[in-house]
Amino acid sequence: MTVVSPDPTPVAEAAESSGTRLADRVFKVRELAILLVLLVMIAVTQAGNSEFLSEQGIKDLLLNATILVLVATGQALVVITRNVDLSVGSTLGITAFAAGIHLQGGGNPVVAIALAVLLGTGFGLLNGLLVSLGQVPALVVTLGTLYIIRGIDSIWVGSRQITAADLPAGFVDFGSGGISALPYLALIAIAVLVATAYYMKHFGSGRELYALGSNPEAARLAGIPVRKRILAAYTFCGALAGLAGALYLARFGNVDSGTGTGYELTVVSAVVVGGVVFTGGSGSVYGAALGALLLTSVNSVLPALGVSSVWVLAINGTLLILAIAVDRIVALRVAAALKKRNARHG
Amino acid sequence: MTHPSDTGPAAPVLALRDVSKSFGAVRALRDVSLDLFPGEVHALAGENGAGKSTLIKTLAGVHRPDAGQVLLDGAPVLFHGPGDARDAGIAVIYQEPTLFPDLSIAENIYMGRQPRRPLGRIDHKATRTATAALMCRLGVGLDPDRPARGLSIADQQIVEIAKALSFDARVLIMDEPTAALTGSEVARLFGVVRTLREQGAAVLFISHRLEEIFEICGRVTTLRDGARIASEPLDGMTEDDLVRRMVGRDLEELYPKQEVRPGEIALSVRRLTREGVFTDVSFDVRRGEIVGLAGLVGAGRTEVARAVFGIDRRDAGEVEIDGRALTNGAPSTAMAAGLALVPEDRRAQGLVMNMSIERNIGLTGLRTTVRAGLVDRGAERSRSLDWAVRLHVKYARIADTVSTLSGGNQQKVVLAKWLATGPKVLIVDEPTRGIDVGTKAEVHRLLSRLAADGVAVLMISSDLPEILGMADRVLVMHEGRITAEIPRTEATEETVMAAATGRAA
Repeated sequence: MTVVSPDPTPVAEAAESSGTRLADRVFKVRELAILLVLLVMIAVTQAGNSEFLSEQGIKDLLLNATILVLVATGQALVVITRNVDLSVGSTLGITAFAAGIHLQGGGNPVVAIALAVLLGTGFGLLNGLLVSLGQVPALVVTLGTLYIIRGIDSIWVGSRQITAADLPAGFVDFGSGGISALPYLALIAIAVLVATAYYMKHFGSGRELYALGSNPEAARLAGIPVRKRILAAYTFCGALAGLAGALYLARFGNVDSGTGTGYELTVVSAVVVGGVVFTGGSGSVYGAALGALLLTSVNSVLPALGVSSVWVLAINGTLLILAIAVDRIVALRVAAALKKRNARHG
Repeated sequence: MTHPSDTGPAAPVLALRDVSKSFGAVRALRDVSLDLFPGEVHALAGENGAGKSTLIKTLAGVHRPDAGQVLLDGAPVLFHGPGDARDAGIAVIYQEPTLFPDLSIAENIYMGRQPRRPLGRIDHKATRTATAALMCRLGVGLDPDRPARGLSIADQQIVEIAKALSFDARVLIMDEPTAALTGSEVARLFGVVRTLREQGAAVLFISHRLEEIFEICGRVTTLRDGARIASEPLDGMTEDDLVRRMVGRDLEELYPKQEVRPGEIALSVRRLTREGVFTDVSFDVRRGEIVGLAGLVGAGRTEVARAVFGIDRRDAGEVEIDGRALTNGAPSTAMAAGLALVPEDRRAQGLVMNMSIERNIGLTGLRTTVRAGLVDRGAERSRSLDWAVRLHVKYARIADTVSTLSGGNQQKVVLAKWLATGPKVLIVDEPTRGIDVGTKAEVHRLLSRLAADGVAVLMISSDLPEILGMADRVLVMHEGRITAEIPRTEATEETVMAAATGRAA
């Protein structure tokens, strides 16, 4: 715990002072706070171990984050609509295996990736249909599909296993290679992230996702096709989980029936730590990506500082609770600031 | 606005023909017809539960009629959703503002219709400029980039109106737009409405303030129990005529207030303050007295009741029952001292909807019906039966879940639950909201009888006639403060509304 103890202070301070002064910029403030924590953590680690930020070190950091960033981006969209997708871990596992089987049989890597994305899209569509048409809480529906997809995966995979030796060399190289410190996989994740963020900000349907998460009843009255939008968010989330599955295969080269088990909780943590509010309507995919980067960095920071990795889970949990606490404090401060402003107007 | 094929100016832009709509067993609208002409402001009058909201939602494309037609420019249309109605030029300003708290004012106004740049991207700058222009037209200085969260009710209403203006609506439906506005804000709103009317828009206006109906409207349609009573010009009508059409029965009967000589002070509230919510609230309620607490929605009345009962902590001030001070933030001591609170939202706060009538009433008696740590079901049942019968709750079996009861009977169950505690002081928050007139009169009779038996009653209500008809004294709150205390003899709609909107009484 000694590692993170200096970090909470800057979060609270940054969010607090700017929160009251520039209430309207709260979203940006929230992301800056995460970035600050991340930078402080990396700086502290670098001070303790100068090897940490070597070219290979940066590359590892980015490679580790890539897959989580992708899945968190999709998850962020779903959470913004006031829903959640717990089946992403299972989807990642089954799509990774599907891509692996295709490659093992001598298939084309591009087709394998497309296959994984397509399969993920299918599961996303299924989740979206169940949630938007069935009017059943997303938590329950996707918990169900989590088990269903995992079950199908277990039956299909059995005790089989795909290892790097089964895969074309080019695919494995692609998974670990890159342009100097920037891995190819990270480039893909960044491209997806930037495109999604641009869409969410500049396209009507993207803004409507925020609107319907912020006030579903008002969204309905404003004529927003609520079900269609939720369906789209889930489909996109599934597609990204599928893409992440293919990239997981490229990165680790090793897939069995347990791949991705429990991953959904890491994803949801990353999204929430990144400032996407669980009750919908606010936050951004950049925030979610920063949250993902922060959580995976903890994994790399601890060994670099010679701390046992058994601390990782506890630290991730602490970050999660800290993030929620900060959100709550900022929300209260903003409410107070806006109230004061109203009083001045009136 | 007129079509070349029209023979005269009298072609309604929007009309309902024999529209009926039911929700389960409740017939909300029965064969209602309505014509809205371009260039008129048309009032829709009726009591709570008369079907006004259903009618509006039918025009707005939220509800689809079970029978009958909606006519747009004389041709039948079928709105598949609110978007269709909006595209047809129908704007609705709902009683409860429907904003997105997380989004900016500009986004709230243009959601779904933002100005676009090439490739379908939103033109944020144009959205902002257009919003600023709308704010200018309405004469308010709201920042287009400010999030809607935390806006005052009046400002939220302004945003709703700006939304309607933004697409040059041909039909503007306003559901109690003035309920939360101050005098100058109402004047500004009426200016906008007149301008729209002169530009040829049809306005459907709903308000409980009769003087406003007479001020701005040309014709009125009255609804009662889901049926249309009349559509007629307002010229030559008096307020009494209108009320008679709305209520359709003798008013005395609805408010059977017994004269009671007030006794000792039972509830005493001194300088009660909850920061940012209400400030320096002091009042007494005597045994046998019904004190009305009036004010606009959001004035802080419910919050005062919650703080008195101890659900919310008070930041300053004292609450005493029969001279004994209550502990801050402890509803159980308030209950033990003889205080009962019948909350505003009976579904969310008053009842456990999927539990039986018997057990709902029994909830407040768990201390007395428990023996050796277990609930004595027999004692609970007889206690619940006793109260259900005394309050004339209409039910099939006492073991039925409360969700099967009508709204009025649910309210009686909540009352029974609290009366069973034998309270000295009873706080009722909106005791008759959304219940039918018959049950309303029963609830009033019950409150009156309780007061006659020496219970001190504090009645929060937004229903002005109810306050005037039932209260011995009226306390009026405005923006978290008590702005007036008016004895029964001097309480009129004008004096109460003046204090409630912050105008000098």
